[in-house]
Parts: sequence; structure tokens; C-alpha cells
Amino acid sequence: MISAAWLIPAFPLLGFLLILVFGRRLGDPKAGYLASTMIGAAFVVTVGVFFDLLSKTAEQREHIVKVWSWIPVNGLGYNLHVDLAFLVDPLSITMCLFVTGIGTLIHLYSIGYMHGDPRFSKFFLYLNLFALSMIVLVLGSNLLVTFLGWEGVGTCSYLLISFWHERESAATAGKKAFVTNRVGDWGFMMAMFFAFHATGSLNYHEIISAATSGKMSQSTATAIAMFLFVGACGKSAQLPLYIWLPDAMEGPTPVSALIHAATMVTAGVFLLVRMSPVLDIASHWGPTLIAYIGAATALFAATIAAAQNDIKKVLAYSTVSQLGYMFLAIGSGAYTAAIFHMVTHAFFKALLFLGSGSVIEGMHHEQDMRKMGALRKLMPVTAITFIIGWLAIAGVPPFAGFWSKDDILLAAWQTNKFLWAVGLFTALLTAYYMTRQVMMVFFGKARWHDAHEEHGAHGDFVPHESPKIMLLPLVALGGLAIVGGVINLPFSHNTEKLTTWLEPVIGRPFESTGPKIVLAVVAVVIGLIGIAGGVLVYNRHKAPAIEPEILARGWYYDWAVTRFMGGPGRESFEATAWFDANVIDGAVNGVATLVRATGGEVRKTESGRVRTYALGIGVGVVVLLGWFLVRGLM
Amino acid sequence: MNAVMIAIIEPQPIWYLMLSALLFSIGAFGVLVRRNPLIMFMCIELMLNAVNLSFVAFSRIWGDIGGQSTVFFVLVVAAAEVVVGLGIIVSILRRKPGATADDISLMKG
Amino acid sequence: MQLIVFIVATLMVLVGAVGVIVRKHPVHAALSLILTLFGIAVHFVALEANFLAAVQVIVYAGAIVVLFLFVIMLLGVDASEDLRTDPITAQRPLGAIVAVAILALVGTSIIVSRGILKVTAAGKAVKAANNLRDLARSIFSDYVFAFELTSVLLVIAVVGTVLLARKLPKPEPAVKS
Repeated sequence: MISAAWLIPAFPLLGFLLILVFGRRLGDPKAGYLASTMIGAAFVVTVGVFFDLLSKTAEQREHIVKVWSWIPVNGLGYNLHVDLAFLVDPLSITMCLFVTGIGTLIHLYSIGYMHGDPRFSKFFLYLNLFALSMIVLVLGSNLLVTFLGWEGVGTCSYLLISFWHERESAATAGKKAFVTNRVGDWGFMMAMFFAFHATGSLNYHEIISAATSGKMSQSTATAIAMFLFVGACGKSAQLPLYIWLPDAMEGPTPVSALIHAATMVTAGVFLLVRMSPVLDIASHWGPTLIAYIGAATALFAATIAAAQNDIKKVLAYSTVSQLGYMFLAIGSGAYTAAIFHMVTHAFFKALLFLGSGSVIEGMHHEQDMRKMGALRKLMPVTAITFIIGWLAIAGVPPFAGFWSKDDILLAAWQTNKFLWAVGLFTALLTAYYMTRQVMMVFFGKARWHDAHEEHGAHGDFVPHESPKIMLLPLVALGGLAIVGGVINLPFSHNTEKLTTWLEPVIGRPFESTGPKIVLAVVAVVIGLIGIAGGVLVYNRHKAPAIEPEILARGWYYDWAVTRFMGGPGRESFEATAWFDANVIDGAVNGVATLVRATGGEVRKTESGRVRTYALGIGVGVVVLLGWFLVRGLM
Repeated sequence: MNAVMIAIIEPQPIWYLMLSALLFSIGAFGVLVRRNPLIMFMCIELMLNAVNLSFVAFSRIWGDIGGQSTVFFVLVVAAAEVVVGLGIIVSILRRKPGATADDISLMKG
Repeated sequence: MQLIVFIVATLMVLVGAVGVIVRKHPVHAALSLILTLFGIAVHFVALEANFLAAVQVIVYAGAIVVLFLFVIMLLGVDASEDLRTDPITAQRPLGAIVAVAILALVGTSIIVSRGILKVTAAGKAVKAANNLRDLARSIFSDYVFAFELTSVLLVIAVVGTVLLARKLPKPEPAVKS
């Protein structure tokens, strides 16, 4: 079964090709079912591979499935051998499981959500291409194959964010995501060059064994780690490159759920975990910087989320914040905790996004939470599942988010008390803003009556529950969000299944020595305080809402970036443009002019007379014959 | 005496090769100086035949049938070449009757 | 006897070849070409390539030269060209130099390596009676793939010529020189 791992990307590829050719003919909804079947098949294969790996001993769980030799270069002092090969090990299969699993659910959901869209089949075309890229990213056995997927998800992200490109804002958001991601891609490429220079290979296996055997110097490892981190910042929306993610909410909601919550944004985290041995031998300041940036991002985004009114923007900033947690975990050396949080976060954030999509659909494409309220009676399934997601992200036991967040906070406590405090405060804010959202959307007074009259629409407007095909993924994800924590319960080694499973790849984390139970209780209390605060302010109205303008505007960060890019940035761009136009183009044009002038002279010899050319051939024959003869005689 | 010599002397392979070289040179000269496209084509046939002759001579020298196989393929390719070449000449001369090779110089740089 | 055959055939070849390049009228040139081709066929027989001699007469002297003559008749290219001068300056002397140089160089090569250009034992062992069988074995075993490809080549050549030579529905304006 393991050797069939190539089937995992092959199915979405097949789906992509089929929809590419027959998409228009299949139409709505058959194209959606085809795409869902393909990703579902990939999931089935992944499960098969997973069980096959599970039946082997821990040492035998690393396999490389080579599809073909991609770049075989010998000589010139370098040997560059890159295979299109897939690395099947616990880490990649874990990623694959939730990428394909959640991907399948979101594909199904999209069939309902995108129903009636004029470009229905194209949407599924992109979704399958995205799934393919993401699978290639996580399964790649070397940095270049991963980079292939990395760029693929970036492209798909662009295509899907600006899916409704008739809208100016969607088109702009797509471009913003693409350009910001390029910065991260630069980091990835630099890391790749450094790794190749240091080890002469791009394979994870060689790079990691060079790191663990001490062949790689500390400074090289630090450089690789930091450039990878730059790449991860771009893809996983960390400070200062997070700006694209909130705007990415212009895309259809299933896209937000799939790409900007569950899968693509986790690529950076995955990459750092994959290269964790390099991180381990890097200078101490490297991981510390990662931890600080992660914590800062978590706090920063959580404060912004507390003042947003767009139902999806809240979730977007929440995603940035949660990704910050994962980087905090990586910086603290708790790679398992990062992966654990990635998985649970994928469950509950996909759930929340799909829930919000259901709400938006039910509200006839209204996204402003101020115009919602009291929806729980009209949309019972959406409400219940959304509440599950809320409790999970707020860190209420026994929901999934509690366990993983607790793991991260524990790791932070052991490495840096300050970062732990920041994480804890972020947890408080998280509970608060999510409570705010739930209260505004599902409880309180129904504000959509008056809101809708503003539009002058029909007076009998009533939000409605979504179709079954959209509710099914919600229920499935709701179940996962409840029980997702069981994969890594911290009671004993036997219950820490994820840790044991990932041990061959990233090693066993240090034994946690902190006061586990005290910390857990503190975290729960903090979470409950946040929830209580949210309820008091937004349901009981006991306290005025604190939503300062500066938070609603996201700390004016976007504004500052725009100002900078418009002012000094623009000037430097123009200087670059001048240099390009005059010096570089001058050189290029000079070469072109030289070639043209030479060509003008040479063309005079082209008389167009076939006999003159024949004479030329004859002279050439004579010269060649003379040359052979002279060489033969010598 | 002379008559006896003539009866005994057997033609040597290098005579054929020399004849082949001479024929090739004549053909090449013809391609270079003639202007009628049809005659240029015939000169090319001369050159091809010169090469064929040398192939057969070499085949005789080494006792290797491969040389004759090559001649066979040259014949086939020459037939194809004549067909296409004459087709081109027909279509050119149909538009511009009486044209010589020098009149067709549209590719002048 | 063989010497006489050689001399006669060589004379046929050379007279024909010179005829091709000096006769003004294309029909005369084509007839000279036939003479050359027959001479070559005689040489083939002398070199024990009987099959090729037959093919030479049938395909070359028969089909190809007939094709030439047919085109000459079809187009009425009987206007003979003026051979007294050449419009391209120095084309003739240069052409002569090239031709002589080729002859000299190839001839030098042949004379230099005359020591090994003798009929080997293997060459002597070949019997003309087996020529056809040997050739068939060579073509249908060693060169069978190339042989099959030549059929493709011929089909393409025929189709291409039909396409080239057919009359277009709307004749384009005459080519300007």
C-alpha cells in the first residue's frame, strides 16, 4: 500500500485533468461530485497508507516512493539529483490525512455553497489543483518537490481568492496575496540554495542527516532556518507578512475554510517541523525569534479580531492568531504540539468557516454581524456546530482546542514565562472575541429585519438553514472538533498517541516538568473569564463594548504599509525603475542594437540566389575535405 | 602484347572511386553554373549517382552488403526528392513561366 | 574483357555527365543523363551488384528521367538558356575552382589510401549469384525499420507534391522577382 502513495496526488490530478477537459459539459453539480470523488479517493488511499505504516515498527515508517528521476545532473563540480519522489512517513501522512479528509468535506460543502455559480466547474477545477499542490507539498521527499507544491498552493490561492474577479476588491486581494507570498517564496528559495550548498543535496533525508550528524555548521543551520522562517511567515501569515490573509476572505467561503484556515496556511508550520533537526542545531536566537514572532502575531491578531464586524474577518484574524500559537510552539521546540494544534485547529477552524459560510448563505450574502442576531432558532444545525467550534477554540475542555493549546502553553511555560503570559492573554482574548461573535450572530435580538428594510427588499425576508450537503460536513467537523483532542491526551505515554506516532520524525519532546494541572486550570479559568466577558458585554449588555477604532483598523498596519509603499517605497521603486530603464535596458538595448547592426551588414551577403548559396556549400565542402585530409595525412 | 594486357588487367576498385570523384565534381560544377532548375536537378542526380557508385565500390572492397543497402535507400530518398523537387518547380514555373534559378530570389535579405 | 567494359562504361558516364551540363536544351540534358545512368548500371554489374543495376535502370533511367521529361513537356520549358555568360559575377570560375578542388582533395585521399582500397578476401568471397539474397537479408533484418520508414517518406512525398502542384482555387498574384 505504501508504494501506492503516488496515487494520493494522482487522484486530484486526474480530477483536475478531467474537469479541465469535460468541466463545462459536466457542469453544476456533476463537476463537484467528480472533484469530491477524486479527493475522497485520495483520502481513502491515504487511510490505507496510514494503516500500512501503523502496522510497521517505528523504525520502518520512513519510505521514499520514487515516481521518476526529475533532474539528473552530473559534472561541473556539482551533482544535482532531484527525483520526483514522495516521502511517506508519519509526519507527511498525518498532514495528508487531514488535508485530504477536510478537503473532502469542504469539496462536498462547496457543491452546496457554489450551487448556481456561473463558473461552478472552474471552482472545482481550482480546488482539485489546490488539493494536488498541497499533497505534493506535504509528500515531497525533497525541498524542490515541496517547493513545487508550495508555488502551486500559492497560485491556487491567487486563483481562488480572486475567483469572483469581477469584484475589484477580490481581484486586488488575490494580487495582494500573491505578491506577499512571493516574499516568502524568496525566503524558501534562499533556504534551498543554502541547504544545497551545505549538503550538496535537496533531499530531506540528506539535509536532516547532515544536521543530526553535525556535518552542518551552526551558522549554516541558522541561515537555513531563518530563511525557511521567512518563507513560512509568508505562507502562514505571520508578522509582518500576515496582511494578505484577512483580505483573502474575499474568496468564496469554502476557499477560506480550506486554504486559509485548514491547509495552505499550515504549510509554513509543516515546513519548519519537517526541517526541525536543522532548527535544533541553529543558534539559540533563531528559535527564540520564531517564538517571539509567533507570540506577537498571536496577540496582535487577537486584538484586531476583537473589533471586527465582518463575520469572516473575525475568523481570518483568529486564524492568524492561532498560527501564531503554532509558531510559538515551534520556537519553543514543541514540534508535536505545533502539529497537534495544527490538526485540531484545522478541525475547528474549518468548522467555524463553513459555519460562517452557512450563515452568509442563509443571510443572503450578508457578512456584517451587526445585521445578524438570534439566528440559532432559524439555523439550528449551523448554530450548534458553530457553538462547538467556538467552545473548541476558546479552550473549554474537553473540546479539541483545549488539549492542543494547553500543550503549547506548557511548552512556552518551560522555555519562557513571558511568552507564556502573552499566550495566556491571547487565550483570554480568543475566548472573548469568539464569544462576541457567537453572541452577535446567534443570540440576542434579531437585527436583520430593520437591516433588510434598509435595502428596500422584500419584507418577508427570513434567514434559512442551508441544504443538507452543506450541513453534513459541518456535523462531521463538529464531531471531530469535540473528540479531536483524543489523539494526544497528556495523561500518560499511552494516551499521547500523536507524540509516539511522530517520534520517528521529530523525536520525543522533552519531558514536561511544569505544573501541568495548575497550568491547565489557569488556562481554563482564563478561557471562561473571556467567555464570561463576552457574554456580559454582548448578550447581557452589562458593560459597554470596547471596540477602539485602532483595533477595527488592524492597528493601522495596512494603512502604514500603504503609506510607506506610496511614499518612500514608491520613490525607491521609481529609482529602481529608472535604473532598470536606463542602465539595464540600456545594456540590453545596446546588445540588441549591436546584433541588429551586425545583422544588417551580414544580410547583404544573402542575395536570395540559390546558386550563390550552393557555391557557399561547395566552398564549405572543400574546406571540410581539406581539413579531413590534412588531419588524415598528419 | 597490348591485347594480352587488356585481356588480363582487371579494373581496380580505386578506378571506380576516381570515376566517382570525377562524376561528383562534374555534377557539382553543373549545379553551380546552370540556371535552369530542371538541369540543376539533373546535376544533383549526377552527384547522387557518383556517391552510389562509390558505395557499391566500397561494398565490393569489403564484401559488405550494407553498402548496397545504403544505395537502395539513397535511391528511395532520391525518388522522393525528385518528386517533391519537381512539384516545387512545377508550381514555381506555373506562376512565372520561363523562370531560372536566378529569378527566384524572394529570400533576399 | 573487363577492362574494355570498364572503359566503355566510363566513357558513357563521362560523356553523359558532360552532356548534362553543357547541353542547352533540357530534353538533350535529360537524354544525356540517361546515358550516364546506364553507364553507372554497367559499373554496378561489374561490381557484382546485380540487383542495384536493375533498380538503377528501372527507377532512375526509367521512372525518374521520364518524370523529368514529363515535367519538361508539361511546362513547355523548351526555351534554352544562354550559356555564354553567367549573370552572377565570378560564379563560373569559382564553381570551377570548387569542382576541381573537390576532385583534387577526394582524389588525393583515394590515392593516399590506395593501399587498403583493394578487394579483400571477404570481398572476393562474395558471389554475384547471392547478391539478391544478401541484399534482401540486409534490408529486411538490419535495416527493416528504416525500410518501413521509407514507405512513410514516399507517401508523404506524394501527398506533399499533390498539395504543392494542385491549382489553387484563387490564383495568387504572380511572384515578383
